[in-house]
Amino acid sequence: MNQTSNLLDEALGLGDPCCAGALSPERIVLIEDCVETSGAFVLHHLVKRALSPVGGVVLFLALAHPFTHYDRILKKLGCNLSIQKDNNRLYFLDMLGIEFPDEMQWDAIEDGLVKMYSKIQGAIEGCSSSDQSCGHISIVIDDLSILEIAARGSVNHDCSLVILNHEDIYQDKEAPKLLSHLLYLAHFIVKAEPLVTGLAVDVHGQLTILKKGNIQNNIYTERARNFHFQVKENGVELFLPGSRC
Amino acid sequence: MRAGRPSSFCRNQSTVIASAPPLLPGVKPGAGGKAFISSGIRDLDRILGGGFLLGSVVMVMEDAEAPHHLLLLRNFMAQGVVHRQLLFAAPAEEPRTFLGTLPAPVVAFKEDRQRGPRSDHDGQEQSLRIAWQYKKYFGEQQASETYKDAKEFSTDFDLRKSLDRRMLSLQNIDCVSLLKFSTIAPLRELCSSFLSKLTGNDVSVGCAARIAILSLCAPQCRYSDWDMISFVRTLRAMIRSCKAVAVITFPSSVLSPSFLKRWQHLADTLLSVRSVADDDENLAKLLTGYQDMVGLLHVHKVAQVNTQVPVILEANTFSLKLHRRRSLVLERLNQAPVDGSSGTSYGTSGPCSASTKSSSIDF
Repeated sequence: MNQTSNLLDEALGLGDPCCAGALSPERIVLIEDCVETSGAFVLHHLVKRALSPVGGVVLFLALAHPFTHYDRILKKLGCNLSIQKDNNRLYFLDMLGIEFPDEMQWDAIEDGLVKMYSKIQGAIEGCSSSDQSCGHISIVIDDLSILEIAARGSVNHDCSLVILNHEDIYQDKEAPKLLSHLLYLAHFIVKAEPLVTGLAVDVHGQLTILKKGNIQNNIYTERARNFHFQVKENGVELFLPGSRC
Repeated sequence: MRAGRPSSFCRNQSTVIASAPPLLPGVKPGAGGKAFISSGIRDLDRILGGGFLLGSVVMVMEDAEAPHHLLLLRNFMAQGVVHRQLLFAAPAEEPRTFLGTLPAPVVAFKEDRQRGPRSDHDGQEQSLRIAWQYKKYFGEQQASETYKDAKEFSTDFDLRKSLDRRMLSLQNIDCVSLLKFSTIAPLRELCSSFLSKLTGNDVSVGCAARIAILSLCAPQCRYSDWDMISFVRTLRAMIRSCKAVAVITFPSSVLSPSFLKRWQHLADTLLSVRSVADDDENLAKLLTGYQDMVGLLHVHKVAQVNTQVPVILEANTFSLKLHRRRSLVLERLNQAPVDGSSGTSYGTSGPCSASTKSSSIDF
């Protein structure tokens, strides 16, 4: 692994060899992006980490793209999703065609969500009971704005949650509740934004990683780190602003 | 995506592009399992790296004051009529009349449009002629690349002439009026049945399908915000697994900011058009060829499927021009040379000077 992607791992607390591979349990990572800059690469990276040989099980809730899309990307990152699926390390829930009746029948929507939730729960229970050594479970949701409500509540298991959402849709005061809940619950907030100077060929945007403060040994730590990034087919290159000539 | 089949190779000796896996006519393969269809505007195809990505939703944000989005939509639809797979929906009483305003292909191509079995000789002759034709209109930098696919991939359209009525009476062109539906559910069913025609049949279907929706969120349709956004999401999900492209134009000004962002996120490719005022002196000083411009096209987002690497364009804003008053061309903005006396105008912020990243060298 090159040194640059370690910056991302380190900022998310992954650099530590003891917590090899995946995020430490019961962590929520909220990835926020906007129209100009997609934050999907962070999600891809985390999925890849979670599926690394020492990692655990991933439950992938795909709402934005079909399996082939992720498969192709992760293959370029060096991780074969199809094999992981066969090995029962990846539970891929293709929610692309998830259908709620449009007549605003609230109970029908609720039914759909409950069904989906029970699907997730079933998958989690299935894999934690079948195999004790499966490590911990990561739930990955891409992307939440398509499914506004379903994410909360899925954190009561011993698992980490990676959510991609679009930040800029919540500019006015209409639907701030879900987002503020998430922001409150999240341990890491990863924000992908465009550079103020516009996009460039070699710098695709900036990434702000905010680690929620916690009081450790009576020392309050809160850390926000800012990087520039360039997305490549086989990974993402992170660097400190101005450190690259 | 589709594996090469030996049977089609044997049978289909007439096609000149036999080296590629059997793709639908009008479809150009790209890197990473991608495939493109033409937007009907050659320059736009080039800018977007090949055309509209198959399986993607293209959204065009309309200018509230000018109908420039119709230029894009008409070309896209005309190409679809040529390829005979089109679904069109508009908030008008009689959408079929809109088809009468579609531009006709440039004359030399007219007889070539009729699809059907061709002899080998015929095919070669066509491609030669088109290559020649192409050189006449455009620079030589691309001639080699388009030699092969120009025949099927895209057509030049003449905006002054309207499309032959006979073309429009063919089947596989569905027109619906959005005004007929009080909810958006029928439109969704229409789209899904239209798309299911593609997946159900085999290669004989012909072409990639196109769905064109004009002014989806226009106020006269009276759909609720959530209904529309959920329709777009469903459409996007349906399209993803089909050999189809949907182009939706929508008046962005009628949406609330947060819904506008949601719409934009759902778009795979996001474009916007803007008119330019005739008498904007600042802009006229800033840009060369300002008089010829009919509007500006802004590329916000380019479809990103099967890859995580974003597409970074050299420039995001292009000028819409009419070449010889008949074909639509897109050009990068060129800054006018600054003369000493008007040096101050350089600093004044023209409406689009911030996004002008083009070099000042005109090739």
